[in-house]
Amino acid sequence: MTAQMMTMTDTETVPTIPSASADAGIATPLLSVRDLTVDFRTRGGTVHVLENVSFDLAPGEIIGIVGESGSGKSVTAFAIMGILDKAARILSGDIRFEGRDVQAMSSRERDLWRGKDASIIFQNPRTALNPIRSVGHQIGDVIARHTPDTPQQVKAKVLEAMRQVRIPDPEKRMAAYPFELSGGLCQRIGIAAALACHPRLLIADEPTTGLDVTTQAVIMDLIRDVARAGNLGTVLITHDLALASEYCDRIVVMHAGHVVETAPVAELFSRPRHPYTTGLLGSVPSMVDSVHDLRAIPGSLPDLRREDLPPCRFADRCPRRTEACAAPGLRPEPAGPNHLVACRNPL
Amino acid sequence: MTQSPIIAVEHLKKYFLLKHGNRLTGGEPVRLHAVDDVSLSIHPGEALGLVGESGCGKSTLSRVLCRLVDATSGRLLVNGRDTTDMSASAFAKSAMRSDIQMVFQDPTESLNPRFSIFDLIADPLKQLKPPKTRAELTAKVEAAARSVNLPLELLSRFPHQLSGGQKARVGIARAMVVDPRLLVLDEPTSALDVSVQATVLQLLDKIRREQGVALLFVSHDLNVVRLLCSRIVVMYLGQVVESGETDPLFHHPSHPYTQALLSAIPTLREGAKRDRIKLDGDPQSPINPSGTRCRLYGRCPAQQDRCNAQEPELRSLPDGRQVRCHFASPITET
Repeated sequence: MTAQMMTMTDTETVPTIPSASADAGIATPLLSVRDLTVDFRTRGGTVHVLENVSFDLAPGEIIGIVGESGSGKSVTAFAIMGILDKAARILSGDIRFEGRDVQAMSSRERDLWRGKDASIIFQNPRTALNPIRSVGHQIGDVIARHTPDTPQQVKAKVLEAMRQVRIPDPEKRMAAYPFELSGGLCQRIGIAAALACHPRLLIADEPTTGLDVTTQAVIMDLIRDVARAGNLGTVLITHDLALASEYCDRIVVMHAGHVVETAPVAELFSRPRHPYTTGLLGSVPSMVDSVHDLRAIPGSLPDLRREDLPPCRFADRCPRRTEACAAPGLRPEPAGPNHLVACRNPL
Repeated sequence: MTQSPIIAVEHLKKYFLLKHGNRLTGGEPVRLHAVDDVSLSIHPGEALGLVGESGCGKSTLSRVLCRLVDATSGRLLVNGRDTTDMSASAFAKSAMRSDIQMVFQDPTESLNPRFSIFDLIADPLKQLKPPKTRAELTAKVEAAARSVNLPLELLSRFPHQLSGGQKARVGIARAMVVDPRLLVLDEPTSALDVSVQATVLQLLDKIRREQGVALLFVSHDLNVVRLLCSRIVVMYLGQVVESGETDPLFHHPSHPYTQALLSAIPTLREGAKRDRIKLDGDPQSPINPSGTRCRLYGRCPAQQDRCNAQEPELRSLPDGRQVRCHFASPITET
């Protein structure tokens, strides 16, 4: 279904947007997402979940996708992995992994690609793992699918994968079931399964939500260390700006299905240009000394079922809105080195 | 401190019996020590933060303080009156019930989907302080809605028609409608986005300042607690490990666990970044814990042999804070 739609968009001229990684002098990005537009058909109407989402990821780079719930972070990740819900339709967009069109792959090719070349870590490790299968088997399933290994070789690789994520006593733990392990250990199993076949792309979808802060620090350090050691391109999806700032090289800020700003971490936090980014920064508790200094963003996300969504979906909440904001054709424009902002009246 | 505390507990313990003892076989009873010897008090108009990670007993403690469950042992005083012998069910029928109200964690799960917002807010009032006339009921519900900045036209709607932030405000309005003196908030903002969280925190602070309602704010997020509370209690495995005024505790934590907890919180502020103190190893089990070693032993970066031989007592430091560590000192490193 998606392949047919792609041939439709392939014949059109794909609008070129300035590429952040091209500016950095990287020839082929590991992952390139261009103008990804996704709708969900629901009983309540068509929900315009993503519109023209574009970003690049270089090998070995860690980018963070941040935004409030409902901004389309997870849908972006699922679209890349090809695990969108049946109600979703990819209307247009180009997803390329090392130059290869991911959507043009057959479902069998995609199955072999997923888990081997590209992996995902899910939000809730307890629901992501099969409750009635030992964790060692679940890691082994991934290896057995992608390699011709004998069961003995698979077992050795499972142990190696568990050691890589620093699970103590892996020989004993591989026979354990998810309910016997703590949340932090379950997430390490999820990471071990994701990394078992040495992928080149890792997507971590809120990997530490629901974990304690001390466990979060250990898990995030682990993800960063394996990503750096294996030169993995990593997409960290999170609602926590402070977490993204500590672990990412570059941040993609999303709001209501749009990418509103993309910039290297230091640049984004020292010189945010989009009013939504500054709004988010003003509401983070660690940034202020008193509860009175917190600045909430007024309003809420627009109803994405509307057919007449404005070009800027933040306009109704925006303190810097001008008449120009209603004009169509809003696109991310360069706003500094490696810095893109989709705003008619940036800061 | 001339006023008596709204609630005070002394040597509060809450154990959950997992397995009965057996006198014939000599089997010892198996108990989970959820709250182990905690003393604290909350004064009118004060905001107290209760911080710790999952499994530390903070939710159990808040439920005992709300008198939803009975304590195993310890003294409980409400408004200066000893209510130790009063069971949770007797407390629920007493006039003191409306003095202590709870706001629950998930605003979606804790609201009955078949009740309109008006009925949701009116329900606690009908149960605890039934108004004589319909007009009085309406007036009180509307006043509660106004006090949490909830537009009155939402009162006829149902929970699924409200946003997360609005549902959180309904949860607070339900607690406020019976004029409590203490609100117990169990992770009230953890399900909310940061921008919504900001409005809810400001609302809670306004309620405390303008109506003199005391807050017990239970959370794992020290950064949120710091903004709202003047005093913080840090718990680990059922015990208080450190307590004191917010600013010194936040800027110069003296217990190794508090230090690790603070260093693990990601921050956006340059200069506020702390060196990461890692807690390696698994935490001890809260089931039948040893009485002769520190509960952080095995994970603590500063542990010594003495920590395995003698459990530290909660002791007071010269700056007024309390800490449960043999080696904690008021002189702090930067």
